[in-house]
Amino acid sequence: MNTLSNSPLLERQPRLHGLYTMMLIRAYEERLALLQQNGAPGTCTSVGQEACAVGVISTLDWRDRIITNHRSAAHLLARGADPQRLMAEVLGRADGYCGGHSGSLHISVRELGVVLTSTIVGGGLSLAPGVALAQRMGQGEEGGVVVVFFGDGAACEGILHESLNLAVQWQLPLLFVCENNQWQAYVHRLETMADDAIYRWACGHGLETQRIDGNDVDAVSAAARQSVAAIRADGRPRFLELLTYRQRGHLEPDDLAYVDHAERERWLKRDPLVLMRERLRAEGVLQDNDLAAMQQQVSQRIDAAQNFAESSAWPDPQQLLQHVYA
Amino acid sequence: MPILTVEQAINQALHEEMQRDPRVLVMGEGVAKSRASLLHSFGAQRVRNTPLAEAVISGTAVGAAASGLRPVIDLLFAPFLTYAMDALVNSAGKLRYLSGGQHEFPLVTLSMTGAGWCVGAQHNHNLEAMFVHAPGLKVVMPSTPADFKGLLKTAIRDNNPVLLFTDIGLLHQAGEVSDDTEFLVPLGKAAVPRIGSDVTLVSYAKTVGICLEAAQQLRETGISAEVIDLRSLKPLDEEAVLRSVRKTGRLVIVHEASGLCGMAAEIAALAASRAFDALLAPVVRLTGPDAPVGASWALEQASVPTSAAVVQAVREMLPRTAHAAEKPLTELA
Repeated sequence: MNTLSNSPLLERQPRLHGLYTMMLIRAYEERLALLQQNGAPGTCTSVGQEACAVGVISTLDWRDRIITNHRSAAHLLARGADPQRLMAEVLGRADGYCGGHSGSLHISVRELGVVLTSTIVGGGLSLAPGVALAQRMGQGEEGGVVVVFFGDGAACEGILHESLNLAVQWQLPLLFVCENNQWQAYVHRLETMADDAIYRWACGHGLETQRIDGNDVDAVSAAARQSVAAIRADGRPRFLELLTYRQRGHLEPDDLAYVDHAERERWLKRDPLVLMRERLRAEGVLQDNDLAAMQQQVSQRIDAAQNFAESSAWPDPQQLLQHVYA
Repeated sequence: MPILTVEQAINQALHEEMQRDPRVLVMGEGVAKSRASLLHSFGAQRVRNTPLAEAVISGTAVGAAASGLRPVIDLLFAPFLTYAMDALVNSAGKLRYLSGGQHEFPLVTLSMTGAGWCVGAQHNHNLEAMFVHAPGLKVVMPSTPADFKGLLKTAIRDNNPVLLFTDIGLLHQAGEVSDDTEFLVPLGKAAVPRIGSDVTLVSYAKTVGICLEAAQQLRETGISAEVIDLRSLKPLDEEAVLRSVRKTGRLVIVHEASGLCGMAAEIAALAASRAFDALLAPVVRLTGPDAPVGASWALEQASVPTSAAVVQAVREMLPRTAHAAEKPLTELA
């Protein structure tokens, strides 16, 4: 699953994996934002939220299933998706994971267990209990857990409560991960939510919940590891609210004219990559030359992804009607 | 052959398919109560009562279908499907396509609609055409107990999402139903319950019976009507309609759903574009009005096309044509 294992540096220092993956995600999304200025399709990035994806997904194994959303690049890359095929999909090319049918918004990669990506806000919450039910009824591998990622925007959809209630009542092996990134498209969540905390809504349904600093990858992975182990043990759902911040706009390009810049500055000082980098330095795990080597490797992979994607063929228009029906 | 009601035929189909395939499960509001025999035979894991929450019932079915199960969900009344629209239309209908063919969604939704119980417009709304319009979904609406059984069994075995609508007015109608566990009716194949030569009456669900009544009345005045029961609305048996229209030259389409952008409009367009040279008279649509269904018996019944209206429509279209003019006028009176 992990695409980084061929790096001697990362083999010597497993603790660098998380930082490396976050750097890869950041570089991938920033490259796409750059390409957008030259006419590539706009994307909904998760810049600033990388620790949520990496922290949670690093605790999963091959048995587990992931349901993501329109901000999916971090989840996919953390799960080991190939940046080349991912970028080809975003650019609408034949070699993309979905043959160009998806574009950036609904990418799923079944072979990686990233299933049923819905870009309808809250759509994944409606699908997740069914994936977990199939798991519980013996369709998946023994002990498998389903993780559904959604945001504070989706939490304001009524389906959250239907989904939580059913998961608790039917005892489904489902981890709800709310990446509370403060933004619901172009509106700050404090403008739309009467309550400041989403985890309290889940508490009302009788789930074990945790509210975690979503910019601290170690804190996220510790909470996720504990939750996943608990779900594997008793088959019941758990809920994580990860407090984080969407650093870029809802959809590229975005001038951020609607953003409270003082709030944004406070969050930028707590950038998840910077936090992890400084921690690893303080621990003596990360040397400057290691960081440079990692940065170079990331850049090479993103360059290769762009080359691959841009040279991939457009889908044959004959495929317009392919895959409508099974 | 055994005689079953529509309700019994549906239960028999569910029972046989659950027996045949352990991946089939039934979920919905009160299904373990309303289909207690299934609960008795297959247990609470596979016959699941749900909250009154159509969005998550349907979403759960879609997620389960993509993950190896073959769910049948009972959403009770068709208007409740509007709560299930996201899961059915945006997920079940689209995520196979958007994923480049990675997923399959073998699921069936059951719901009831149509005049008969005076339940008013929020329990009686023939909205089947909305789902015909959504890519990736299949829609069936049978008229006989045998077709209910055979089509439901086929729908459960199909690897696509299928919506089966049950006309409330047919629930207690009885008919011969094969007890062969391999009795299947293919999707996309119309039935011709009455053969005729002067006019084609195309319908589905309860109004098939109305067309058969009208055909009998027309026979008494010397007019030979062919009746086509579509059974499947998507896939649609276009050839069955065209073959009949090319033979009779006249087409009346009858359904209880409102007319605007409905199945009748689609079939009229089919005839106009592919059998225009065979048409001897303008195509006639007899449908429910563009209005919610009133609850009062009188209002509810007034929203359903009648056999008298079908007879009148046919008589009005016949004298306009050379074919009809050859007939003795007494036959047309």
